Amino acid sequence: MTARFTLNRRELLKTSAAGAALGLASASFPIGRAFAASAAVGFIYVGPKDDYGYNQAHAEGAAALKGIEGLSIVEEENVPETVDVQKTMESMINLDGASLIFPTSFGYFDPHMLAMCAKFPDVQFRHCGGMWNKDKHPMNAGSYFGYIGMGQYLNGVVAGHTSKTKKLGFVAAKPIPQVLLNINSFLLGARSVDPTITCQVIFTGEWSLAVKEAEATNALVDQGIDVVTCHVDSPKVVVETAAGRGAFVCGYHANQSPLAPEKYLTGAEWNWAKVYKMFVDDLIAGKPLPNFTRGGLADGFVKMSPLGPAVSEPARKQFDATLAEMTKGGFSVIKGPLKNNKGGVVATESQAFAETAIELESMDYLVEGVVGSTA
Amino acid sequence: MTDTVASAGAPAMFGAKGYPAALERIARRAEAFVIPLAALVVGMAMFSLFILAVGKSPVQLYETMWRGGFGSWFSVQNSLSRAAPLLLAALCVALPARLGLVVIGGEGAIVLGGVAAAAAGMALDGAPSFIVILVMGVAGMAAGGIWIGAVGALRHYRAVNETISSLLMAYIAIALMNQLVEGPLRDPASLNKPSTQPLADIYRIGNMPGMEVHWGLAVGVVACVLSWVLIEKTRWGFAARIAGGNVRAAQVQGLAVGSLVVGFTGLAGAFAGLAGMLEVAAVQGSANASLAAGYGYTGILVAFLARHNPLAIIPVAFLLGGIDASGGLIQRRMDLPDATVLVLQGMLFIVILFSETFYGRFRAFNPDLWRRSN
Repeated sequence: MTARFTLNRRELLKTSAAGAALGLASASFPIGRAFAASAAVGFIYVGPKDDYGYNQAHAEGAAALKGIEGLSIVEEENVPETVDVQKTMESMINLDGASLIFPTSFGYFDPHMLAMCAKFPDVQFRHCGGMWNKDKHPMNAGSYFGYIGMGQYLNGVVAGHTSKTKKLGFVAAKPIPQVLLNINSFLLGARSVDPTITCQVIFTGEWSLAVKEAEATNALVDQGIDVVTCHVDSPKVVVETAAGRGAFVCGYHANQSPLAPEKYLTGAEWNWAKVYKMFVDDLIAGKPLPNFTRGGLADGFVKMSPLGPAVSEPARKQFDATLAEMTKGGFSVIKGPLKNNKGGVVATESQAFAETAIELESMDYLVEGVVGSTA
Repeated sequence: MTDTVASAGAPAMFGAKGYPAALERIARRAEAFVIPLAALVVGMAMFSLFILAVGKSPVQLYETMWRGGFGSWFSVQNSLSRAAPLLLAALCVALPARLGLVVIGGEGAIVLGGVAAAAAGMALDGAPSFIVILVMGVAGMAAGGIWIGAVGALRHYRAVNETISSLLMAYIAIALMNQLVEGPLRDPASLNKPSTQPLADIYRIGNMPGMEVHWGLAVGVVACVLSWVLIEKTRWGFAARIAGGNVRAAQVQGLAVGSLVVGFTGLAGAFAGLAGMLEVAAVQGSANASLAAGYGYTGILVAFLARHNPLAIIPVAFLLGGIDASGGLIQRRMDLPDATVLVLQGMLFIVILFSETFYGRFRAFNPDLWRRSN
């Protein structure tokens, strides 16, 4: 090799391959040229984008980024938590030139996203779920998540005012800490209105299993339960089934009021638009992206659906007052004296857990007043 | 055999009065390729109409599919990765099908094979890696084999419909998996996604040299070839095909139909269980709900498209892997929903099933018809 050629063979191959790929891409795909010089951001969803639930909440966040100059958004839905998601991330990087990827499902993190982080050190990955740990995970990975327990507490406040039978229902996917916290928060919100209220929970065992969700909702209404909420990937079936049976519903993940305008009270929604804008602003400004970010209602990570027509005046008042108190800061949902539904103490008189408390991350109980079992 | 066959009513397009034996052989063989390929083309043409109906360009669609699934080395590896689990999942359908059994519950064997493999890996933690991987494979195959073998036994000894029982047992298998990974086998550190203890890196199966596709692909191809040899070249395969054609005749001949049914369903389940083990050892690193990813159901499609021929499963799995791989690019580039490729898969499935009725009907492929008068 002469002195003029400082490239080694491998680099030369890489460069020429990249050149060829670029040439091919821009020759056969004219849109490619438009964003070749700017940033592409990838979003990956485990279910359909229009599920009125978990995935729609993320897709709405992604949609809020459309129209930002120099930014292109690429999305893929129904991507299972298998090698498929690894290949999807790779494809977004190789074929779309993505420099920031949001794999939004919890199960994408380990091993799938971590494998891609190692393979593409120049690409940034931010995962929804709060699992990133700076001692264990690479710096091009990161986590974002929200504390939505207070949202379910507010659902409970409205439900408590609305219920005539004083019996609430909760359709839940799995007895894991996040879900248990939501169930407990919903009941505690309702008990702030009337301490005799109970909440029956039914676990379906799966994140998305429409038949069981419908059966569970029907079973709840059959018992005389008149307000139902849920924590499954898509609340659509629960909302429509409950409203069809004449029960009121509180939403979760996204706004489900179009499905049952008369019966929808309010709902605890994710506000991912705020989080995604924050990351993308940093990306465009060329600043390093945060590796870990979490927030709740007060931080704007979580929002409430507008109150529905069935919400009474006293309910509205208490809802507004509680919301104001939460926004101010220092509000605790899980605070003593509090027992679990087996009689054990979970918080003594003086104890109050902030929503960020690490103890809540391993919650394994249902509080007194919840009818149901974690196992 | 004679070289030429005298014939009075030969069709004009073949000109001569007699036909070389080689030509007859080619004609007969060609049928098995031409009909499925024609069906593929018809299915794609129908899908083009569908794409036109939703206001998009079929040309752009097929171009995107080509790019996403087959058009570059990256895309080919993407397709092969997705094809790998389908090979073994399809064998779980194809092997019993040769006995006339329609088994559609391979998903159950996959998840239980994965759980058994993960449990074996946990139990043997610390042992040399080749022993652990071997035992994991055996455990996965045993779990899957027992599960689908039981379906075969229920069919033969209790006359329980194998289609229904295998499907219902798949639901039970998934429930059992959830019970195990959320209960006794749960890694306490897996809070929000219950999983078994992650396998140590030395017990993981890596990629094949020169490509980013794990060894499961090679295992699947070998399993397909061995299955073909079993069915086509051994007396067990011959006996199974006879029993599949006519159970009574097979019994009159003194064939042990019960052993054949249980053996073939057991082997089919073992392959599916092995797919579950590979999913744990090569992809997930632990057993959890992600094991129920639907490979067992896509395997049904693959086996039917391959007409239950184990060798044909290999290209069909690659084709479906490619369609799956390109589905992502279609979503991103053409703003079409994920269900688009499902519509294509469905159309191909219907057309290929329909094309079954054409075998033996075309003169060109059937030398027996050449000799008959028009």
